[in-house]
Amino acid sequence: MTWAEFWIIILRVVLTFGLLLVLTIVNVWLERKVVADMQSRIGPNRAGPYGILQTVADGLKLFFKESVTPRKVELGMYVLAPFLAVVPAFLIFMMVPWGAPFMIGDQEVALQGADLNVGLLFILAMSSMAVYAVVLAGWSSGSKYPLIGGVRATAQAISYEAAMGLAMVAVVMFSATQGDGGTLSLAEIVERQSGTWGDIIPAFEPVARFIPRWNIFPQIVAFLIFLIAIVAETNRAPFDLVEAEQELVGGFHTEYSGMRFAMFFLAEYVNIFSMSAIAATLFLGGWNGPTFEGSVPAIISGILPTVYFLLKTYAIVFLFFWIRATLPRLRYDQLMSLGWKRLIPGALGWLILSTFVIAFRQFGVPWG
Amino acid sequence: MSPYFESYLTVGTFAALGAVLVMVMLGVASVLRPTNPTAAKRATYECGVDPVGSGWSQTYVRYYVFGLLFVIFDVEAVFIFPWAIAAEELGVFGLVAMFLFILTLLEGLAYAIKKGVLRWE
Repeated sequence: MTWAEFWIIILRVVLTFGLLLVLTIVNVWLERKVVADMQSRIGPNRAGPYGILQTVADGLKLFFKESVTPRKVELGMYVLAPFLAVVPAFLIFMMVPWGAPFMIGDQEVALQGADLNVGLLFILAMSSMAVYAVVLAGWSSGSKYPLIGGVRATAQAISYEAAMGLAMVAVVMFSATQGDGGTLSLAEIVERQSGTWGDIIPAFEPVARFIPRWNIFPQIVAFLIFLIAIVAETNRAPFDLVEAEQELVGGFHTEYSGMRFAMFFLAEYVNIFSMSAIAATLFLGGWNGPTFEGSVPAIISGILPTVYFLLKTYAIVFLFFWIRATLPRLRYDQLMSLGWKRLIPGALGWLILSTFVIAFRQFGVPWG
Repeated sequence: MSPYFESYLTVGTFAALGAVLVMVMLGVASVLRPTNPTAAKRATYECGVDPVGSGWSQTYVRYYVFGLLFVIFDVEAVFIFPWAIAAEELGVFGLVAMFLFILTLLEGLAYAIKKGVLRWE
């Protein structure tokens, strides 16, 4: 490895990390503003213009708050849990390509933390790791409410993770037919969504050339299942039974205070953003979009892909906030029957159906 | 170094950065914040009165059943992902084999639903 390659890796890591941190701070403020607007309130408006510094102020305040450690905790796990919450949350976003690759001299810089060839599996693994944080936090607190929150989290997260994985498989199947062999690398999946359907379906060329070649159009059912599953995976309303203020006080983080609590809070918002980014990458074409190359300055056509990526991601982030402001919390039996009786059979059925269509196009009719 | 290891090195760096961020924030806070625990403060929370019992409580056995069911579907994912990648090379044989596999699992799920294992009451 040369020094140039080394510095490019450092650059990629720092850029991705910085982007994620800054946007997370903005997202907390954005959620409060959006939900306030939907409930005819004003929301934060004191710290900075439109209250945009509210999150920073809250964070600073938490630095000065006492962190009470209850007598009954299992200290090792209790201290470890915040780390387990934050680190996987960051690692998920690292897989997401958030802009078009560009050149510095003769070195190509991909705007992505790292492009693993098993990217999607890595994401699944990390979102499973995030469950441990909630479960261990609940279990190690030595208190009744956190324990119930932790146990609930186990069953909820694993149920919806199965549905999420199956929805991903359908996309991987489809994506394999769009290029040269199957792939789990997110950069590759994004590449395969460039252009429009006009190049693929010549018969409908006049109409299809205005429709971007995103996976959402052929995989709309997988997209809906994935969307529901990520809301449940991040423990957001209406699936926030893990926290459920009215019945469980604070759920799994009842016994956490001060900065340790802030870590769980940070992880939740990082997760919302990374999961939205993955939905945008898998289904909405990632950073693909018209860059007007040649007709505008190179710097603008270089930045436009990142702008498209952020627009798509924030559309889904907004959906998270919208759902939270609209829907009441599910009962636990409803949560489980939605997961096991609707989403998982639905995802399996969709996988079979979409595989049939793909196989029909690849191999022809079985009787022919 | 091969690009393969390079990308995992980046993953490691990123994980370390995340852990360092948490450590720095907790470290700075531990310097700045006041610390004066009292016996009452260190009691676990239970609607304001002194906690009753040990903090452990029994939980519903259904949670465990869902855990068992999940293991099956997670193993399924392990098989399905490689197949989805190589579906074209495996051809019709792989397709039929995977359909049989998925249908067997769906049948198992249908059985569990019929048995009332997934009912919550």
